[in-house]
Amino acid sequence: QEPQASGLPEYIKIVEVGPRDGLQNEKVIVPTDIKIELINQLSKTGLPAIEVTSFVSSKWVPQMADHKEVMRGIERHPGVQYPVLTPNLQGFHSAIAAGATEVSVFGAASESFSKMNINCSIEESIEKFEEVTKSARNMNIPVRGYVSCALGCPYEGNVVPDKVAEVSKRLYSMGCYEISLGDTIGVGTPGSMKKMLEAVMKEIPLSALAVHCHDTYGQALANILTAIQMGVAVVDSSVAGLGGCPYAKGATGNVATEDVIYMLNGLGINTGVNLYAVMEAGNFICTALNKKTNSKVAQASFSNGTI
Amino acid sequence: RQVSSAAAAAGAYPKRVKVVEVGPRDGLQNEKNVVPTPVKINLINMLSETGLQVIEATSFVSPKWVPQMADHTEVMQGINKLPGISYPVLTPNLRGFQAAVAAGAKEVSIFGAASELFTQKNINCSIEESLERFEEVLKAAREASIPVRGYVSCVLGCPYEGKISAAKVAEVSKKLYSMGCYEISLGDTIGVGTPGSMKEMLTVVMKDVPVGALAVHCHDTYGQALANILVALQMGVSVVDASVAGLGGCPYAQGASGNVATEDLVYMLNGLGIHTGVDLQKLMDTGTFICSALNRKTNSKVSQASCRL
Repeated sequence: QEPQASGLPEYIKIVEVGPRDGLQNEKVIVPTDIKIELINQLSKTGLPAIEVTSFVSSKWVPQMADHKEVMRGIERHPGVQYPVLTPNLQGFHSAIAAGATEVSVFGAASESFSKMNINCSIEESIEKFEEVTKSARNMNIPVRGYVSCALGCPYEGNVVPDKVAEVSKRLYSMGCYEISLGDTIGVGTPGSMKKMLEAVMKEIPLSALAVHCHDTYGQALANILTAIQMGVAVVDSSVAGLGGCPYAKGATGNVATEDVIYMLNGLGINTGVNLYAVMEAGNFICTALNKKTNSKVAQASFSNGTI
Repeated sequence: RQVSSAAAAAGAYPKRVKVVEVGPRDGLQNEKNVVPTPVKINLINMLSETGLQVIEATSFVSPKWVPQMADHTEVMQGINKLPGISYPVLTPNLRGFQAAVAAGAKEVSIFGAASELFTQKNINCSIEESLERFEEVLKAAREASIPVRGYVSCVLGCPYEGKISAAKVAEVSKKLYSMGCYEISLGDTIGVGTPGSMKEMLTVVMKDVPVGALAVHCHDTYGQALANILVALQMGVSVVDASVAGLGGCPYAQGASGNVATEDLVYMLNGLGIHTGVDLQKLMDTGTFICSALNRKTNSKVSQASCRL
């Protein structure tokens, strides 16, 4: 690890979304025991937060149909958070009953995306989330808020930074402790990332912001670098870059955790995560999925024989 | 693509970036399949239509060492040379230089390295000896009014030596620059660099070589290329090498990628409001052509994403 480059956060929290966002966007349905093994391996890498599953109707997301079994089957390591997605109050109750101690809600900065994705307007979705955050507050359950389409929408195209700020502010004021800004289709660049963050930072404290970049256009690491140069200290990523893009067939989706950690290590930023261990977990799941990794670090390391 | 005046006014980035396209040389040289001469010529001709100002066409090395570049004379003589576009060629020594000029080359490149071991393994001599060879080329080039671009390999790490000191990179760069190279392209040959090491290396090199004479040549083997390029731009570098479709694997890590894809670079620069003069769609079409000819998938994510098959 290099001495820390000045002006950047000293520590960055990595939120691992592979088991949920990653697997949800993989074609092959993964057996429950494989999911549990993946999460258990990730728990040993030093990752502070691992998004485990999603309490949505299995009709909509068959990959997450085993949410209860996964939640109950994983080892819970002290110091590691295991958030789960809960689209509404029903999902929230189900999650709590299964032992969840942190949940996430997913808003969007685009009306069209909201309608196409969850069949209601942004305003209606916010009302649903408010029910979740109210219940969560009563039970001392932290809630993380996601804002999709922060840098562009597959239906609307350009998304105005002020809209992202507006939705983020709604989620934050209803009680979300952290807002993860998602470049859902990966179209963002350091230019649009900077503009969007400037608008959002007027409404939300920096310490409550995270970026969730997709690498569909190869821009993820450059976008993440821009965000951390602006002081963002929470970054979402997916082991082995699991999860393609549902809006661009054959294209990639999530940025690979290994590649993010490699960059942060090189910048002297502490993450607490063991890169080698993440690569091994990545190797495990890629073997199970019978697919090649999307992580360039893993690709290069495996061919070098350093693994 | 329009220039976003807000981004340019921010002062953080250069207003214009010169993209040096290395696909036909560096890219193809590291592809397994030998590409027929007409395909190479068509590739370069298509690239000439994209707005790129510099296209590295071929390499005047012995075909014994680099079979892919054996047709260097035919390629050089066969391409359409559009006005305003430069077609530099690699010349490892005086003999290569003379062959290049005889074949019509108007600009040449020489390849040094910041690592002794790499130089030994790659061209069978020490850094000092390689510089002596280049001195001969530079002398002849000066007499013929031929501009020379200098490359420094292994600037952020070496496959044999591991860590490379920024001071060594500065030393070799300074030598090449004072010998008469108009531009020094700093190459992260095995792609191990990160924004941290890029910043550190450039800080040191910029003490000895003016930033206006610097270029970065980043490999994407560890996925760091665009982030590294971003940092270089933030430090004032305004010349960036890239390879259409990300042609060219890494000879030191089997199956791993090599050059950063020109499409992905241009996409980022467009998003930053930086002018390149390059038409991204035409560039993607060129990438599609060469990948089809090579029977391989593109390494460009922009290209992959835009293909709604």
